[in-house]
Amino acid sequence: MKRLIAGAAMALTGLTGTAMAEEYPERPIMMMVSYGAGGATDFQARIVTMTSGNEDALGMPIAIINKPGAGGRVGWNWFATQADPDGYTLGAYNVPHFIAQSIKGGVDYSTDSFEPIANWGADPAVFVVGADSEFNSMDDVVAYAKENPGKLTVSGAGLFVGHHIAALQIDKAAGTKMAYIPTKGGGAAAMKAVIAGEVMGGINNLSDAFRAQEAGNVKILGVADLERNTFLPDVPTMMEQGLDVDNSSVNFRGVMVPKGTPPEVIERLAATVPEMFANSRVSKKMEAGGSPMHIMTRDEVIEMWAQRQQTLNELLAGL
Amino acid sequence: MEFIYYFGDVFTPMSFMLLLGGTIGGLILGATPGLSPTMAVALLIPFTFQLEAAQGLILLGAAYTSTVAGGAVSAILLKIPGAPANIATTLDGHTMAKKGEGARALQLSFLASAVGGIFGVLLLIFLTPVLAQWALAFGPSHLFWLAILGVTVIGTLDSASVVKGLLSGCIGLWLATIGFDDIMGAQRFIFHPALGGGINIIAALIGLFAIPQVLTMFAKGRHNTGAEVIEVQRHSIMAAFKELFSRTRALSIGTLTGSIIGLIPGVGGQIAGLVAYDQAKKFSPEKDKFGTGHSEGVIAAESANNAMVGPSLVPLLTLSIPGSPTAAVLLGGLLIHGIFPGSDLFDNHPDVAWTFINSMLIGQVLMCIFGLYVAGLAARVAQVPQSVMAAIVLALSVFGAYSVQGSMGDVYVMACLGIGMFFLERFGFSAAPLVLGLILGPIAEANFIQGGMIADATVGKASYFMTGGLNLFLIAVVLASIAYSVWMELRSRRYTTKEEAQA
Repeated sequence: MKRLIAGAAMALTGLTGTAMAEEYPERPIMMMVSYGAGGATDFQARIVTMTSGNEDALGMPIAIINKPGAGGRVGWNWFATQADPDGYTLGAYNVPHFIAQSIKGGVDYSTDSFEPIANWGADPAVFVVGADSEFNSMDDVVAYAKENPGKLTVSGAGLFVGHHIAALQIDKAAGTKMAYIPTKGGGAAAMKAVIAGEVMGGINNLSDAFRAQEAGNVKILGVADLERNTFLPDVPTMMEQGLDVDNSSVNFRGVMVPKGTPPEVIERLAATVPEMFANSRVSKKMEAGGSPMHIMTRDEVIEMWAQRQQTLNELLAGL
Repeated sequence: MEFIYYFGDVFTPMSFMLLLGGTIGGLILGATPGLSPTMAVALLIPFTFQLEAAQGLILLGAAYTSTVAGGAVSAILLKIPGAPANIATTLDGHTMAKKGEGARALQLSFLASAVGGIFGVLLLIFLTPVLAQWALAFGPSHLFWLAILGVTVIGTLDSASVVKGLLSGCIGLWLATIGFDDIMGAQRFIFHPALGGGINIIAALIGLFAIPQVLTMFAKGRHNTGAEVIEVQRHSIMAAFKELFSRTRALSIGTLTGSIIGLIPGVGGQIAGLVAYDQAKKFSPEKDKFGTGHSEGVIAAESANNAMVGPSLVPLLTLSIPGSPTAAVLLGGLLIHGIFPGSDLFDNHPDVAWTFINSMLIGQVLMCIFGLYVAGLAARVAQVPQSVMAAIVLALSVFGAYSVQGSMGDVYVMACLGIGMFFLERFGFSAAPLVLGLILGPIAEANFIQGGMIADATVGKASYFMTGGLNLFLIAVVLASIAYSVWMELRSRRYTTKEEAQA
């Protein structure tokens, strides 16, 4: 009996193997998001995959499944160790989060566990203060931090996420020491701390900060990116304000598959998915939601991952 | 009064159809174990892609209100709380169902839900700007004291002995530490990869409440089923109305507690029902009847968990900060149509904002009507033979735990906790304090660490946590709550010793 089952299983794998090469995908695809429903990553993942059922895209719908917990570690651990590398299980990545976590250890993944497919979004970290704050530029912030070392409280979404990395970079560039306060409950809780005046400033996602500024609750003092953002043309970058902070903290979001996925499947996905992201319906919805898009192909993402790995290795070495 | 102007929009054919569909679907989803309101709303988000903004929100709003109320169905009939909000409902509701009063319990719970829910939405309509300030007033130190206040409730909640209540609360607090700590990223007690994200609260709820009951049913064997068929009493809706309004104390305590606690971002929904239940018990002259199928318990718990729905949206709609997981999903529903909550929503899209809020108001009424309609039918569940019932509850539990995030790990967690609870119950421990510990532990811990970090950078821990009006007020309430428990314990002890002496 056992042998029979084994034989049947082998025959089945053989069958799916050949079928896959010919016409992938032949059934709906699942995409794992390692944050809860309603979060920025989940929300954007649902928008950028909504056209995957179109004939010119994958021809099959993509269903989102959430595996939240421990700042994304639960989902990515699952994706690296338990997801089937058959092309029917995709995952959403957040750089620099998962790379920084793999450097700090305690997880089962690193950049080598995954194969990137394409990048859809780039959400830079920004420095926000309450609407009635006395700070009006990064100079004011740095001046205060220099006079009061360790006294400037700054909220962010957690340790070793983009916000924390931006805070470390600002400290390094300005020679200051801010009190970084990681919050439980992600960017929303960190933003609430700024608006309620529990902390003096905060580092948050550009998309969330843009919304909060529209609502009149915060001022945005600087963007931690190489260029100004189209959503905030009037807000200068950190570099323009004399702080040597590059785009290492930008939250890149995109699609990946587990290592071991057949190369022909990766090829097909790498060719189709960036075009799917470029669909005008997708970009309209993304823009309406205040989510900056940044489409990158597989080769560009591989290069970006390698760069991040290097900068983060240096930045986190001393911690 | 602007909202009245937009009432017409709720009654256009398409909107009303969506409202009906959302309400009925929400009741069914809510009654399914494991499908929390957050999940139900998340499941519906893709449908709103195709709809207009106002219509999409009607669907989501209706589903939110009715899933919260629908959770009472499985809590009362199967003793599986669908979400943390329904824990308190099981305490008296399920006991009533076991006595054959399932119909009465369900009718009361839906009526109480509607009263609480409508009050909550009215607060949202009339007092939003004031309430937004209140929601912001709670910083880390206040949330910490609030969680401690919850801990003081543990000892007196559904337990014969204060010591056993506190002990099971401690087990819950310990279970809450399992997993990666969200703030520091430290790993604690992760013996199996399934525990990496900590213990999922929904899976834990199902395990702790449903599994011991399944095991008890199986343990009885199937020889004596004939003897145990319960006669399900019919109960008229008018009688339920009368009873509800004769229990005004429980109803008003539930509604007010739910509305106030619902406002506080990050805490509200989970503990509103339990706190209201505890308060109603403390103020009731019939304290001893709580836990034995007393209708006040159901009324307080259910009015509280629906009263929390409206206020819980205040931080989202005014400040663009989602205060609860469900609010975060609703935020996605708004953003997808390019609408930013906050002043943009009320200034530039008043039609969307008010139609959404109005639909929740109408949704409460519809939910109540449908709920009352199914109450009589659903109560017959109690007539199912125990052996069959055990199998059904077990299947639903496994399904519910798995469906939370599509992971077998949660099913194992549910099974382990359930088996452990079965033995604990044999020794007189109960599940409710344990769950409260599980919920409050992370809130207290995270806020203490976060507040501590802010305090160290600024004024120091002592003055950060111990000064300020709101802090002092909360500390006073904590002390009063402890004193009350001690006094009650001493009084009952003197009472029993006197009785024993007489005997």
